[in-house]
Amino acid sequence: MTGAIGIDLGSRTTKIVRLENLVVTDLEIFPTSADPLEKVRRTLANLKAEHIIATGYGRHLLCEQIGASRVTEIRACAHGAHHLFPDCRVIIDVGGQDCKVIRVDDEGRVIDFEMNDRCAAGTGRFMEMMAQTLGVSLDEFVRLALGAPDFLTINSMCTVFAESEVVSLITAGKSKENIALGLHVSISRRLSAMLSKYIRGEGDILFVGGGAKNDCLHQLLEKEVGRKIARPENPLIVTALGAALLAG
Amino acid sequence: MEKLDVNFDLHEQLVESLSRLHDRYFLKQDNRPRAMAQFDISFHESHSGRVREVLSHREEGGKSIGTFCIYVPEEVALAANVLPIPLCGGSAWAIPFADKALPRDICPLIRSTFGMAIGAVCPYKKLKDLVVGETTCDAKKKVWDFFEFKVMELPQKKRPQDFQLWLNEVVEFKRMMEELSGKAITPENLHEAVCLMNRKRRILQIINAFRKLQSPPISGMDALLVSQVALNQDISAFIEDAETLADELQERVTGGVSAYNGDGRRILFAGSPAPMGYAKVHHIAETSGLHIVADESCTGSRYFNTLVDEGPCDIEGMLRSIAERYFTIDCSCFTPNTERLENIMRLVEDYHIDGVVHHILQYCHTYNVEARTIDNALRKKGIPSIIIETDYSEEDAGQIRMRLEAFAELLEKAK
Repeated sequence: MTGAIGIDLGSRTTKIVRLENLVVTDLEIFPTSADPLEKVRRTLANLKAEHIIATGYGRHLLCEQIGASRVTEIRACAHGAHHLFPDCRVIIDVGGQDCKVIRVDDEGRVIDFEMNDRCAAGTGRFMEMMAQTLGVSLDEFVRLALGAPDFLTINSMCTVFAESEVVSLITAGKSKENIALGLHVSISRRLSAMLSKYIRGEGDILFVGGGAKNDCLHQLLEKEVGRKIARPENPLIVTALGAALLAG
Repeated sequence: MEKLDVNFDLHEQLVESLSRLHDRYFLKQDNRPRAMAQFDISFHESHSGRVREVLSHREEGGKSIGTFCIYVPEEVALAANVLPIPLCGGSAWAIPFADKALPRDICPLIRSTFGMAIGAVCPYKKLKDLVVGETTCDAKKKVWDFFEFKVMELPQKKRPQDFQLWLNEVVEFKRMMEELSGKAITPENLHEAVCLMNRKRRILQIINAFRKLQSPPISGMDALLVSQVALNQDISAFIEDAETLADELQERVTGGVSAYNGDGRRILFAGSPAPMGYAKVHHIAETSGLHIVADESCTGSRYFNTLVDEGPCDIEGMLRSIAERYFTIDCSCFTPNTERLENIMRLVEDYHIDGVVHHILQYCHTYNVEARTIDNALRKKGIPSIIIETDYSEEDAGQIRMRLEAFAELLEKAK
C-alpha cells in the first residue's frame, strides 16, 4: 500500500493527513493563505499516495487543480469521528467560519446535520475577533475566561455588534475575565441550542474542529447540555483524517 | 407612443446582468430540449419584445395592470381586455435602490420589486393603469401604502365566512376591471378567458407530469424557466411554445432521452417562489447531484395544479368558480394550512421524491415557520428534508453548495 491522503482546505486552516495501513504517517497544518494551492502542491510533492480526497471550502479547487476526488466536510468529519470514537452518534464541529452538528448511525453514516447560515456567529473566527477586541491572544482569551469569577451577559452573537457590546463593557470598567467568560457562555448557549434537537437519542457526543481545543467552551458545553462530551487528542484534523480514510 | 420613464443606462446594466446570469445558469446545461430556445428568447424579451407587446395592446385601447401574487384572478382581467403583468422582482441587482427607502429586514422579493420601481429600471412602471396588491404578508401590505394601489383583501383562514369575503373581493375586482377598461364583462368573454387560463394551466400540468418519470426529459432548471416565462408572456404565444415543448418531451421519452447525465437524487423544491431573474438554489442543487423533479411554489405547482370549473356559464356562477379555484391555493399566509402538507405528501408520492429542499426567502416568516412543521411530518415518513434560508445575493453560494452536496451524500446512503 502506498498511502492515502486527505486534505481539508478550510476557511481558516488547511489540514493534510497521509495514512498508510490506517496509521498517520504525515500531518501538515497551515493557515489557508491567499494562495493555499501553492502550499498544498509543495506538501504533496514530498508525499506518495494512490488516492487523494479533498474536502472543506477548497474541495472544488483541489478537484480541478490537483485531480483529487471530493467529499463534503460533513461526510468526512462523520467518517473521521466514527473511526476515532465508534460509539459517538452526535458530532459538534466548530470550525473557522462555521459550526455544524452531525448525527451519525452505528457505521458512521450521516443521518442528519445542521449548520449555521452565512454568519460567523459562534465560530472560530468569532472567538479570534473577540480576543482581538479584548487585546489578548486566543490562548489568553480562554485562560481569562477559565479564571473568571463571574460572567457578564453578552446579548449579541453578530461579530460586529458583539464587538461594540464588548467595547462598551470595557469602557464601563468591567473586568476582562468576566467579559471573556460572558462571550464563552453566549457561544456555548448558541451551540447547545443547535445541539438540543440532536442529543435526545443514545450514543456519545464528540466535540471536534479547532473550536474543540477551547477548554472553557468544552466545559461550558458539557454544563449546558448536561452530558459528558468527548474530545479527540487532535480535534483539528478529524475531518482531514476522515477524508484520508475515505481515500484509502 | 407612451414614455417608459426608464433610465436607459441603468436599464442596460440590469438587462446585461440578467443576461449573464441566464447564460451561466441555463445555457450551460447539457441535454436541453431544443424547444427551450424559445423560452430563452422569451426570458430575454421580458425587457424588450414583451414591453412592445404591452405598448401596442395599450395603443389599441387595451388596459394593463401590475400584479404581485398568483391570487389575482387573471381570467377576470383578461375578460375585460386588461393585461395582467406580474411585477415580482427576482434580481439582486435592484435591491440597493430599495435599501434607500425600506428597512432591510424585508424579503428580497419585495426589496427587488421596490428597487426596480424607484430605480427607474422597470419598463412596465408606466405601462399600467393600476397595480393590484394583496394582503399575503405584513411587509407587502405596508409597501402598498407607498403607492396608490388597489389592494385585494385575502382572508387568513378558510372558513365559509372567509370564502364569502374573498368572493366579494373577486366580484369587486370584476367591477373595477370593467370600470378601468370601459368594456363590459359578458358571460361569453368571461367563459372564454376561463377556458384560456385553464388551457395554460393544463399545458403546465402536462409538462410537469413528465418529471414524474424515472429519467425526466426536462431539468428542474428548465421547468422553472417555463414557469417563470408562463407569468411573463402573452398567453396564446406561451401555450403554443409550451405545446411544442410538450411534444418534444414526449419524443424524448419515447427515444429514452433524459435531461440529466447519470443518476441523481429526486428532489421536491418547496416554499418561497423563485421569480424571473433568480434561480440560485435550483442551479446549485442541480450541479450538486440533486435533480429537482417537482416545484411546490408560486413559480411551480401552486400556480397551475388546480383548474377553474368550466361548467357554469352565467357571470355569478363563473365568478364563484373562479373564487373557489383561487381559494384552493395553499399559501402559507393561511392558518391553519393543512392542505399544503397534504399537497406536499401527494407530490412526494407521485414524483417519487427522495428528499425535500425547503426554500425560504429571508424574512418570509410564514414559509419559514411552516418549513419546520412540514420537516417534522416528512421525517416521520422517512423523507429527509433540508431548510435553506437565503436571499438573491451570491454571497452564501459556497455554504449552500456545501449543504446541498452533503444532503446529496446523505440521500445516496439512505437509498
